[in-house]
Amino acid sequence: MSSHYEAPIRKPLVLGDKSYGDISNDIARPIETPPNTDWWIAFSIAMAAFLWGLGCMAYTLGTGIGSWGLNKTVGWAWDITNFVWWVGIGHAGTLISAVLLLFRQKWRMGINRSAEAMTIFSVIQAGLFPIIHMGRPWLAYWMFPIPNQFGSLWVNFNSPLLWDIFAISTYLTVSLVFWWTGLLPDFAMIRDRAVKPWRKKIYGLISFGWSGRAKDWQRFEEVSLVLAGLATPLVLSVHTIVSFDFATSVIPGWHTTIFPPYFVAGAIFSGFAMVQTLLIIMRKVSRLESYITIQHIEMMNIVIMITGTIVGCAYITELFIAWYSGVEYEQYAFLNRATGPYWWAYFLMMSCNVVSPQIMWVKKIRTNIIWSFVISIVVNVGMWFERFVIIVTSLHRDYLPSSWTMFSPTFIDIGIFIGTIGFFFVLFLLYARSFPVVAQAEIKTILKSSGENYKKLRDK
Amino acid sequence: MSLKRLHVLFDDDDILLDAVKEIVKSKIYIHEVYTPFPVHGLDKAMKLKPTNISIATFIYGCIGFTVSILMINYIMIVDWPQDIGGKPSFSYIENMPSFVPIMFELTVFFAAHLMVITFYLRSKLWPFKEAENPDPSTTDDKFLIDMDSGSNLSKTKSMLKKMGAISIKEVKE
Repeated sequence: MSSHYEAPIRKPLVLGDKSYGDISNDIARPIETPPNTDWWIAFSIAMAAFLWGLGCMAYTLGTGIGSWGLNKTVGWAWDITNFVWWVGIGHAGTLISAVLLLFRQKWRMGINRSAEAMTIFSVIQAGLFPIIHMGRPWLAYWMFPIPNQFGSLWVNFNSPLLWDIFAISTYLTVSLVFWWTGLLPDFAMIRDRAVKPWRKKIYGLISFGWSGRAKDWQRFEEVSLVLAGLATPLVLSVHTIVSFDFATSVIPGWHTTIFPPYFVAGAIFSGFAMVQTLLIIMRKVSRLESYITIQHIEMMNIVIMITGTIVGCAYITELFIAWYSGVEYEQYAFLNRATGPYWWAYFLMMSCNVVSPQIMWVKKIRTNIIWSFVISIVVNVGMWFERFVIIVTSLHRDYLPSSWTMFSPTFIDIGIFIGTIGFFFVLFLLYARSFPVVAQAEIKTILKSSGENYKKLRDK
Repeated sequence: MSLKRLHVLFDDDDILLDAVKEIVKSKIYIHEVYTPFPVHGLDKAMKLKPTNISIATFIYGCIGFTVSILMINYIMIVDWPQDIGGKPSFSYIENMPSFVPIMFELTVFFAAHLMVITFYLRSKLWPFKEAENPDPSTTDDKFLIDMDSGSNLSKTKSMLKKMGAISIKEVKE
């Protein structure tokens, strides 16, 4: 027992009187039982939204980008806002599984699987937007540096948009293999307890014949650690590069050096908020309260509060630097952002992102499920408006007052956005019924040190 | 008396670890140990060599870094140099700062993917691969040692029983 010692001051991460077998049963239960009516209702709504979005995408491709609300002054608005929003949400997964692994944070184990799933699903949504905006998505492969028949026509490696393609595709594929490698032992657990032959076959196929030999585990742990080491700078680089899309331009309001750290903090902020939204529902529906405890929710709330404060600090720094720079274009961009026709969006962004997380200083609130859920949604709304504010308010007042204009989305714009939310939830709902949603092999390694029953046994 | 192969089941990781140490001490060969989760210290107790996969990964990362430099140099400098935004592409080193993001991404891309592929191949993991754990409970909550019986089967058996084995099965080679 002595090798499993953990300081008594640390609260248990696995609640209840659990054995190794109980963990397997609890994690396999959602997969082995048929979904209830609530799941089907949620799935139908998500599917309907997804189909609606598909229709709007088809309309866009058939008619052209003219069906969107863009105009000659605001040439980038709705779709890039959604793109950045989804990429930002996609940051929590790798942060939880990689950065918290390097910091040896054991509470990561209850939530990393779902956070990684959410990452992959939201990066898929993000990727849709630039591809649709191309107008001819079947030519999307032109973004890759491949020899072609157009003479020596290559992609431009000086362009932040190309950096973005490399960053996002590296991030998506590396997150995917990180996720899948961690899933192998858990798929194997489902495979070995399966009664129905087709289930055994499917999980046998996707578990890649995992057998759990001592050498496999030794490599598995090394691979996880090195992947975490690689994914940590990767996750920070991805949103840095997304911010370069704006920061390397010469538009006042975009051309600021604070963007990379500010975007990364914002991404972690919104990503954790989305993990919070999803897991608060999932722990209840899949009865995982023993693994995703109030302590997990509190930890995530603390991350949300800290990153929200960093984001708030960045907003204020931007305003200060605009004034301090003495550049009148820069000063006008920020004055217009806060007090111009889009003041309401700026106000929403400030109140949702800077003010709302501050109430998490109160322990009662950050350990309360309803409050946590509400704030997680408020934060996601706020982070969408942050991107909208940055993008649209910087563009809609051009250098020439004759080209000043406003942006309003068409129903096609809105439909595509709703469609990606639907697609995201379709994927997540399917995942919740067919994948082991908690990394059970990892939870078993901390059961003896952080399990409630073992902690009690030690205290005696 | 000929050597037999034993499949010994345990239901606790600490008992398993002590048993493995004991078996190694009594010089009986352990073919393999199957566990549902990584048991810390098991590789040392079994005297497994440390894995070299992180060294391989470093090499893969270097390959990715080199590939990115060669590719960007060929595309941007050799094949079709252009003056983009007042940044003429006539030498790699002068243009290098704006190539750093992609050099970094490709380094990570090569390192991560080649490492995972190496892991899958070395540990024989791929679709349609049949699982090799002799008992399905070893992915759930049981631990199995696949070992030789040693010269004296009954002595080994009583030793294993004393160490806390919950079942001992003789299997044909």
